[in-house]
Amino acid sequence: MSFLSSLADRDRVFDFLVPATSPVDVRHGPILYLDDVTVTFDGFRAIDNLNLTIDDGELRCIIGPNGAGKTTMMDIITGKTRPDTGSVWFGSRHNLLAMNEPDIASLGIGRKFQKPTVFEALSVFENLELAMAADKRILPTLTARMTGEIRDRIEEVLETIGLTELRHGPAGILSHGQKQWLEIGMLLMQRPRLLLVDEPVAGMTGQEMERTAELLTGLAGKGKQSVVVVEHDMGFVRSIARTVTVLHQGRVLAEGSMDQVASDPKVIEVYLGADPDEEVA
Amino acid sequence: MWLTRPFRERSTQLFLGVLLAALAIVTFLNLALPADNPLHVSTYTVTLLGKYLSYALLAVAVDLVWGYLGILSLGHGAFFALGGYAMGMYLMRQIGDRGTYGDPVLPDFMVFLDWDSLPWYWLGFDMPWFAFLMVMLAPGLLALVFGFLAFRSRVTGVYLSIITQAMTFALMLAFFRNEMGFGGNNGLTDFRELLNFDLRSDATRLGLFIATGIALALGYVICRAIVASKLGRVSVATRDAEARTRFLGYRVERFQLFVFVVSAMLAGVAGALYVPQVGIINPSEFSPIFSIEIVLWVALGGRGTLYGAVIGAILVNYAKTVFTGAMPDAWLFALGGLFVLVTVFLPKGIAGLLAYRFKRDRQASRSHDSPKEAAA
Amino acid sequence: MRMIRSFVPGLLLLCLLFGLVPVVQAQEDEAAGQALLEALAVSSYEAKSEAIESIITSGDERSRRWLEELLGGKLQRHKETGRFVIVLENRGRNWPVIDALSFEDAGEMSRRDLDRIGINNALRGQLQSALAVLDLYTDDVDDRRDAARELLGSVDAAMVEPLRELVGSEDDAEVRRLLEQGLAIHRLNEGDIDAIAELEGSLNSRVRAALNSATRSDNPLVADAASAALLDIEQKLRINSGLETLYFGLSLGSVLVLAAIGLAITFGVMGVINMAHGELIMLGAYTTWGMQQMLPGQPGLALVLAIPAGFVVSALAGIAIERGVIQFLKGRPLETLLATFGVSLILQQLVRTVISPLNRTVVSPEWMSGSLMINEGLSLTLNRLFVLGFALVVFACLMLVMRRTRLGLEVRAVTQNRAMARAMGIRATRVDIMTFALGSGVAGLAGVALSQLTNVGPNLGQNYIIDSFMVVVFGGVGNLWGTLVAGLSLGVINQVLEPWVGAVLAKIVVLVFIILFIQKRPRGLFPQKGRAAEG
Repeated sequence: MSFLSSLADRDRVFDFLVPATSPVDVRHGPILYLDDVTVTFDGFRAIDNLNLTIDDGELRCIIGPNGAGKTTMMDIITGKTRPDTGSVWFGSRHNLLAMNEPDIASLGIGRKFQKPTVFEALSVFENLELAMAADKRILPTLTARMTGEIRDRIEEVLETIGLTELRHGPAGILSHGQKQWLEIGMLLMQRPRLLLVDEPVAGMTGQEMERTAELLTGLAGKGKQSVVVVEHDMGFVRSIARTVTVLHQGRVLAEGSMDQVASDPKVIEVYLGADPDEEVA
Repeated sequence: MWLTRPFRERSTQLFLGVLLAALAIVTFLNLALPADNPLHVSTYTVTLLGKYLSYALLAVAVDLVWGYLGILSLGHGAFFALGGYAMGMYLMRQIGDRGTYGDPVLPDFMVFLDWDSLPWYWLGFDMPWFAFLMVMLAPGLLALVFGFLAFRSRVTGVYLSIITQAMTFALMLAFFRNEMGFGGNNGLTDFRELLNFDLRSDATRLGLFIATGIALALGYVICRAIVASKLGRVSVATRDAEARTRFLGYRVERFQLFVFVVSAMLAGVAGALYVPQVGIINPSEFSPIFSIEIVLWVALGGRGTLYGAVIGAILVNYAKTVFTGAMPDAWLFALGGLFVLVTVFLPKGIAGLLAYRFKRDRQASRSHDSPKEAAA
Repeated sequence: MRMIRSFVPGLLLLCLLFGLVPVVQAQEDEAAGQALLEALAVSSYEAKSEAIESIITSGDERSRRWLEELLGGKLQRHKETGRFVIVLENRGRNWPVIDALSFEDAGEMSRRDLDRIGINNALRGQLQSALAVLDLYTDDVDDRRDAARELLGSVDAAMVEPLRELVGSEDDAEVRRLLEQGLAIHRLNEGDIDAIAELEGSLNSRVRAALNSATRSDNPLVADAASAALLDIEQKLRINSGLETLYFGLSLGSVLVLAAIGLAITFGVMGVINMAHGELIMLGAYTTWGMQQMLPGQPGLALVLAIPAGFVVSALAGIAIERGVIQFLKGRPLETLLATFGVSLILQQLVRTVISPLNRTVVSPEWMSGSLMINEGLSLTLNRLFVLGFALVVFACLMLVMRRTRLGLEVRAVTQNRAMARAMGIRATRVDIMTFALGSGVAGLAGVALSQLTNVGPNLGQNYIIDSFMVVVFGGVGNLWGTLVAGLSLGVINQVLEPWVGAVLAKIVVLVFIILFIQKRPRGLFPQKGRAAEG
């Protein structure tokens, strides 16, 4: 059987995996491009003709009240939810709607979930090992060996996320904030071109938040990674964002710098006149 | 080499040590002691132990998918039975013209049904290498097709359990039909020899017992190697957070399929070793109850440990032998009660208890040690 | 001989009609009777036929009984004494007999001493027509209908006139119709093309036989008309058998719906896997049996009382399972599956130990046995019809409970968001118990209904558990309508397949179909949509 499946896997290398792992084509500008996307759940329009463009190396923050469609948008990009209409392109070559989750992930789109999901039965070290960019087919996974190089890389990330001490403990015993960090660490191991980060600082202390902000701004850059952050915490958004997009009822309400957005009357109305400097839930 | 990795683990060394020692002791007590010695192990008991060991291998196969992949298969009885039937078909062909009707090719039941030639799927089973290959391929192929369909559509959890149960049930109905060509109700029986060894001789029976023990050891090492590899960690990750694993770029359905098929093949081997020892294979092995019972062995022993599955299989089947002999009516009460007690009060099984004791002892000794260290 | 056979009933009819039967004195002469029977004890069938004719025309009051016993082979003659007797029971070596002349008890006789008066098929036909003619004069309408049906195809020239008279005086429309058809068959045999019009559309097999032989008529007009009529009838028969398959399918489907609908609540709505569901059905069936044991002689009343009783018994058992096992396994569906399977083993063995491992029979009350005749080729058995209706009523009630009552609202609230529902003051634990009791109680109702269709035994539930899960999964978990549609359609599919491939293979095909279907649509026929369903 292992032989058979390896055959099946090898077949795929030629017709499928090669284009998928080839570099993303960003010569024409944006790394992510959503065009007229609509999703309906039982008649409710979660996403309504959404248009969004993320440039290569950009750090973009997306804010919006509950039910604005932020998580659904991420579901669409990562292949979890299929839109009813519209198209989603990664660079100018990859149509994301024609791919499934693992394909999209190996293409270089990493995602951190709103609720931190780490593999609780595995150790922190093992969590990072699994996340690492590697040949993720069956046989290579079965015969994979821990080399010094891999170990160094994992140690490096452990250092970055401050979990070196806990590396051999099960991830299940980590605190909420530590789990968030581990998630970000797993994203780092993946070396994605595009990071989707859903509420990275929920449940974090002020100090932890600062480090997260440093980390995320350090990640983004031309030719490195593009980062999309969905966050409720306005202080945090202000501290990292260059461009902010406001979603409301499944469509883009406003886009621009934090100050522009914050003074937009439509945005203020949506937030019921609340001071955007304060945390909006 | 990933396959040799388990030999460096202490738990595997311990398991193999205990298993091989048990094989050696039983062999010695059977061969070297006279029949009137109280410590003598009769050939009947040896065969019974051999049966338990084949069940243990089956339980290890189930634990591989349930304990590490989170797939509760209620269809492993079917893989076991398919392996058993493949072996049974070989044994039937070995009877040759010594059957009641004396037909050189056709088994008795086919002569009885007035068939004039072997169905195509019986061809080749007179060759042992082909039959032994089919022991693994038949269940493997079923698991491949079934698993491919199920995992591709992301049928997991309870749904998968229910449809594996339906699969077993459908196969049982099918094998009960005489037209299928597997002996219908009565199944395959009246075997005579295996690879020219007389199945009724004491030596063959002891040999089968030892072979089953070695198969169990090999099966354990293979499973352990898978579990200890990165693939094993991907399995555990799949079990605990399937969607997350997918977002890491693993094609979860292929990993599930791979482990499922390996497990089905191990179950087939277990069935093939079981059949010559009990001397019969019939459709009752396909019954959904049997498949759930296997899961109970694993649950009692402690899922996700492999050795727990072995302990559970042997314990439950020993209890079954004792109970059905002494008070047959009480057996189903005991079995039913065991299901409830294990799931409610002993979710980690016996292995969990052992690990707990072990850990507590270690902690106790550590806390005992620490003042000394502090004093030093 | 053929002539004689057709002649006799006609003669008899004439006698009866025109009062030609001599009124024979009450003090029947033993000798006369003996002489009539004596004539039967010959070897030539032709002679026997004549002897039967003379018995019929004798007007002897005992002739009817003689003819019946002769037909049944019970009229026998003692080899030595020549005495004629009627055998009451022909088992063992010595047979109890009565005297054929006085009908008085004549003790027992060795079977070796007795000679049966044999008849052949021609004589059998002659006897049947003769008896049928006699029956046309009874008061009982059903007997007259049977008699008229019996005469179809055996009307001959001599009978035509008297039968016409009878048609005029008969007040039952059905008997009239049958007699007219009988006459029409006769006319058709004579080559009358108009008779075909009267026979058109009849589903009676004898009418079809008559038309069939008419297609081979020398007259091409008659042959063509008969073929056309036959085609028409065959068309109708196909529709009939289609309807019959549909009925059996719906009936099987209703059983599946009943068995599965309780599961649709516990599994579909609460997400609890209850492998002991089948045993809750079994408890309902045993409750029916128990009711009948308590009320001997009143199976109908017992059955009606068993409906609430079965509900309560199974609901209580369900509560016990929920409190004793399931509540400790919340959020662990696979463990719940195993634990409840254990419960099912215990319940089965409990019934085996306490009651009996053997099947018990539950009596069907009179108003549920028999069948509803739609037309000559199609009749629907009443018990299945009742179960079908019962299933629909149970379904409607459940829909009401889930949609219109406070409990239903609370159940839906707890299912969707347990924490939020609790925050709003819904006692989630109580709702769990009530929901589980409801689902289990419905299983009990299924058991009551099943007891009318199958044997009640410890394995009753096991036979339905896999099917029930299949129905729920096929229909879409959490959707009661889905369960109804899935159950009924699976029943029909099963029955449509059965004539082709046999019962077992049909079941296998259906199982494989569902397994494949779930691959294609993992959430069933009517899936729940949205983010909540993704979880």
